[in-house]
Amino acid sequence: MPTKTFIEAIREGIREEMQRDDSVIVLGEDVGKKGGVFLATDGLFEEFGEERVIDTPLSESQIVGTSIGAAVNGLRPVAEIQFADFIFPAFNQLLSEAARMRYRSNNTFGVPMTVRAPYGGGVHGALYHSQSVEAFFTHIPGLKVVIPSTPYDAKGLLRSAIRNDDPVLFFEHKKMYRSVRGEVPAGEYTVPLARAQVTRPGTQLTVVAYGLMAHYALEAADHAGEDGLSVEVVDLRTLRPLDKETVLESVRKTGKCLIVYEDNRFGGYGAEIAAIIAEEAFDYLDGPVTRIAGPDVPGVPYNHVLEDWFMVNPEKILDGIRQLAAY
Amino acid sequence: MAVGHRTESGTSTRRAHAGGLGAAVGLTDEQLIEMYRMVALARAVDERMWVLNRAGRIPFVISGQGHEGAQVAITWALKKDHDWVAPFYRSIATAMTFGMSARDILTAQYATANDPSSGGRQMPGHYGHAEHNLLSVSSPVATQILHAVGIALAAKIRKTGQVAMTFMGEGSSNQGDVHEGLNFAAIHKLPFVLVIENNGYAISVPVSKELALPDVADRASGYGIPGVVVDGADVLGCYQASKEAVARARAGDGPTLIEAKVTRLTGHSSDDQQTKYRPAEELEAERTRDPLPKFREQLAAAGVLDDELIARIDAENKAVVDDATDYAEKEPDPDPANALMHVFAEGVEGEF
Ligand SMILES: Cc1ncc(C[n+]2csc(CCOP(=O)(O)OP(=O)(O)O)c2C)c(N)n1
Ligand SMILES: [Mg+2]
Repeated sequence: MPTKTFIEAIREGIREEMQRDDSVIVLGEDVGKKGGVFLATDGLFEEFGEERVIDTPLSESQIVGTSIGAAVNGLRPVAEIQFADFIFPAFNQLLSEAARMRYRSNNTFGVPMTVRAPYGGGVHGALYHSQSVEAFFTHIPGLKVVIPSTPYDAKGLLRSAIRNDDPVLFFEHKKMYRSVRGEVPAGEYTVPLARAQVTRPGTQLTVVAYGLMAHYALEAADHAGEDGLSVEVVDLRTLRPLDKETVLESVRKTGKCLIVYEDNRFGGYGAEIAAIIAEEAFDYLDGPVTRIAGPDVPGVPYNHVLEDWFMVNPEKILDGIRQLAAY
Repeated sequence: MAVGHRTESGTSTRRAHAGGLGAAVGLTDEQLIEMYRMVALARAVDERMWVLNRAGRIPFVISGQGHEGAQVAITWALKKDHDWVAPFYRSIATAMTFGMSARDILTAQYATANDPSSGGRQMPGHYGHAEHNLLSVSSPVATQILHAVGIALAAKIRKTGQVAMTFMGEGSSNQGDVHEGLNFAAIHKLPFVLVIENNGYAISVPVSKELALPDVADRASGYGIPGVVVDGADVLGCYQASKEAVARARAGDGPTLIEAKVTRLTGHSSDDQQTKYRPAEELEAERTRDPLPKFREQLAAAGVLDDELIARIDAENKAVVDDATDYAEKEPDPDPANALMHVFAEGVEGEF
């Protein structure tokens, strides 16, 4: 099977959906001739023309708001927000409009729109080019939130997102764009939304993670394995709607759960996972549900020493695994 | 208030007004009568809403009284069930001109299960109707401009020949989305029309504290598009301005900003007491800017309406409003058992 980088898989997913369905358009800042600042849309302008690959003005609310309107009138926009850190000017359009359109119209209007955005730290991006923003959006009923970790999943999930009849936020860890490679089959396949995956089976402890952290969790689990600890890793892939069953099934088996996320710890997405496990798997637990997450400072600092201090890494996760295992 | 001047891409200035009846704007007498009937019907529906509110039957009213002439005339220039409208909370007359019935409007007041706008989920005033391309509207003001612009973008890409129009107040025109939307629509020459219904107030804040210019339309030149000011009590002038803007949009020549100077005859909503911030003389003087009697007198003077016909239309409208009230009054409330539905197309979130 051919291997591809994370970003190649994403680009291929968009391109093949555009070939398959004329109603798919791409819009965002620099997505045209330049092909996006990370080159996620490279070549699409040449292949599909300026009518379907639209360089927008620097106006995020407009990118999302016009995508909502275009979606209502028969298109399937794939909007790019250049960095997840800059999605907030569009927050009102996502929260008050995209997420609520179907509910508030009693199912008479829907918004089949995908909003892609690179997120995450570890790339010398500092406070405003490193942020994990998923918790703001997973809180909102009416939005689907996807964070893939492998090229295979990225392509398959992106195709599902584009074909989905509701708004999907698709966050891509920018550190993975070129550093992560994986097998991507030729030809059409999709990966269903709202399905987590056990990426490493184990019996003594569950680690729940997503995005870059799903890789770091696997690394940490391998090291723990060398110590004779059997760790299961669950890669959530879709954060909302959450595949609760896969998580609960794993925790009921292992009796211990560590949740890993890169975002600030307090009120982060992992807090919801912890609450669900406490409510629905309490009787199976042999230890507290614990978290390894980013520190509670307002952003990732720039200097590499500070950035390393901020970032969750395999060593910190391994530490968390050992502590929980010893409980 | 400055009425009747127009700025076009910062250069030419000319007058936009009716300049005569029917023929001058390409309408037959029958069409004028139907237009009048609609203005009067929207008023009758609106007045009924207040009666029901004061009688304790419905908790909240937000009204379009004073705006109806502009709304009916401007919406009239669109192709029903083909073009698109993204309305705002005062758009009762717009919604009705674009296809919603008095029953549709009244069921929204009662928030019944079969209210076509939202099935009783939204406050009254949030009109929408998918079958008529009338987009569901939210409460944060001005967000809908971007949806209308996006609809116009899709119309252009899909070559549907549709025009998208959106409406809002002058206070709302200060939101950032308006800037972002006009800029994008102008760059791509989208088939889009922005209508500002300037009633001089944003709740209690007078226009002098909302804008440094007298006319919102002057901002159009900053986007390289025409801005037109019309007197909202001059129904045919509104129609003419809209007809031109819609033709321009449909021809691929891009968006237009129409500003209709209207009057708000009621408080901001049923929760507002406007005598607290508007002097009695002003309220008295504003009565003369009511489009309904003005249009009636204009049509009567031209021999299009006579007393008998006016009385007949009034009686017919009253029957329509009575029927709609009785109908909505009897319709059941939504069932909480369905309140989890339609978060997503698949249905209830936990079930997939
Ligand atoms: C973003 C936002 N801020 C505040 C409000 C509360 N609000 C509702 S209507 C309104 C005044 C709007 O005035 P204008 O746009 O002139 O329209 P009008 O009501 O006069 O027709 C305000 C402040 C709101 N709905 N949305
Ligand atoms: Mg106003």
